[in-house]
Amino acid sequence: MSHLATRIEETFPGPFIKATEWRGDVAVIVKREALHDVARFLRDDPSLRFDYIVHVSSVDWPDDEERFEVVYEVYSIRTRQRIRLKTRVPESDAVVDSLTDIWRGADFMEREVYDMMGIRFRNHPDLRRILMPDEYEEGYPLRKDFPLRGKGWRDTFEFLDEPTR
Amino acid sequence: MAQFEDQRTTVYKIDPEHPESATLPTLRTEELLLNMGPQHPSTHGVLKVVLELEGERLVKSTPVMGFLHRGVEKLAEEGTYHQFIPHTDRLDYVCAMYNNFAYCRAVEKLMNITVPDRAEYLRTIVAEIQRIIGHQFWLGTQALDIGAMTVFFYCFRDREILLDWFDELCGARLTTSWYRIGGVERDFTPSLFAKLRQFLDYFPPKIDEYVIFLEKNRIWLARTKGVAVISAEDALSFGLSGPTLRGSGVDYDLRKYEPYSAYPKCEFSVPVGKNGDTYDRYWIRVQELYESVKIIRQCLEQIQDGPIMADVPSVTLPPKERVFTNLESMIQQFKLFSQGFNAPPGEIYCGTEAHKGELGFYIVSTGGGKPYRLKIRAPSFIHMGAFDHMSRGYMIADAVTIFGTYDIVMGECDR
Repeated sequence: MSHLATRIEETFPGPFIKATEWRGDVAVIVKREALHDVARFLRDDPSLRFDYIVHVSSVDWPDDEERFEVVYEVYSIRTRQRIRLKTRVPESDAVVDSLTDIWRGADFMEREVYDMMGIRFRNHPDLRRILMPDEYEEGYPLRKDFPLRGKGWRDTFEFLDEPTR
Repeated sequence: MAQFEDQRTTVYKIDPEHPESATLPTLRTEELLLNMGPQHPSTHGVLKVVLELEGERLVKSTPVMGFLHRGVEKLAEEGTYHQFIPHTDRLDYVCAMYNNFAYCRAVEKLMNITVPDRAEYLRTIVAEIQRIIGHQFWLGTQALDIGAMTVFFYCFRDREILLDWFDELCGARLTTSWYRIGGVERDFTPSLFAKLRQFLDYFPPKIDEYVIFLEKNRIWLARTKGVAVISAEDALSFGLSGPTLRGSGVDYDLRKYEPYSAYPKCEFSVPVGKNGDTYDRYWIRVQELYESVKIIRQCLEQIQDGPIMADVPSVTLPPKERVFTNLESMIQQFKLFSQGFNAPPGEIYCGTEAHKGELGFYIVSTGGGKPYRLKIRAPSFIHMGAFDHMSRGYMIADAVTIFGTYDIVMGECDR
């Protein structure tokens, strides 16, 4: 296991769930209650100093009990290493603590996750849709149960893929 | 309403002997909301920004994005890995080659493929040409936004040469799709090598020319120096990358610090700014033009003959001429495009230093021929997150140059 993952496990033995390393990428899965604390630790610990946020993403696993996975990828300019911090939330209570107060760039990235996957972020300063229109009510497009052709009025079009004879 | 009418029409008499005793009315002030865009020419696409103004000062700005949202990430989940390459052209449509490059690198990391040496050099050369095109485009449009029209024509004149070169290379000027997973689509012809060498001799004096236009231009200096200042800590916290981050003095360039392709074999320096203003970012981009020329020169010297595609038949495409003459190759091509290759389950993130910043792809695979989830880390989108912070307190006319300073392209921002 990578030394980063070991550090996190030692500091947060309770919330730490799993660490993986694949193709050189280190990923750590923690319980969502501790996500904010782990993130703050990653940024403030003098030997880690993860000061640069790379991206915030989300993955939908419809068959799992905890359906959504929120992914934060951060980088340390000083120590030149990256880590992926992940947490899982169930569909009935898809809320994660916002990390906007730790990395300000998380603001837009979390809004995008909310827009695309419908995961809400607690204490986010301005949680609105960002890419889809504000009044969009047809769901969250990147969920696996959202059809590629779209929902709502587009679905009422007649498609010409069947012979009309 | 009537009150305001009264205020305007009241005549205040001032006693000339005791002017200090006069009570002047307090002027009514209110914040003005101004919608800039989505059709404003300086927004480089369709972007709307709601500006809150106090007089001419920006108090708060709220970007409204998504006018160009096409659901590229959703489309990626429905096609094979090879089929996604043309979609990446349409992200940052000004610099399609670098998008192809970033995507192919990510898939190669997922599939654990090593690209042959010659292909790496070809990739680096084309990527650096694309960086030159990107910076020329930025310089031209930024100068145009500020009012210096001549620079625009000079930049675009030289950009045309390179676009024609792309045309000869792959048959397209903008939507190129020349990179392939495991290599490149075709090799350079001798004529392309000759034209490129000619360009490398022609180009550096032209960069000096652009600089002459701007370096002593009082308007350019007034509009860029001390505008859109961001400190290094804030820039990092916002996740800025590329010249926008380096302008603040943070030495972060993936070509140096997570070396890929042929970059570790080339010598080049990474220019870093000091003040974090638009001028420093401009200076960095101009220096990068010189560095790109240097990198291409070294690649041309070092390049050796060899294959241009990795030999992994289960993933990489067969050469086109074999597809037309050889049955096995045709079957291979057909299978790769209809079913895709079998990716191992896992997830990777791979960032590439495009000319705007770190363009990254986060791919989650559960096995099979299609990505389960593909997330694009688009620098334009992330830079827009810092717009409000960087524009506060500046004049309304500066909003235009602050869009420009990120080198924003909405195709990438909205995906």
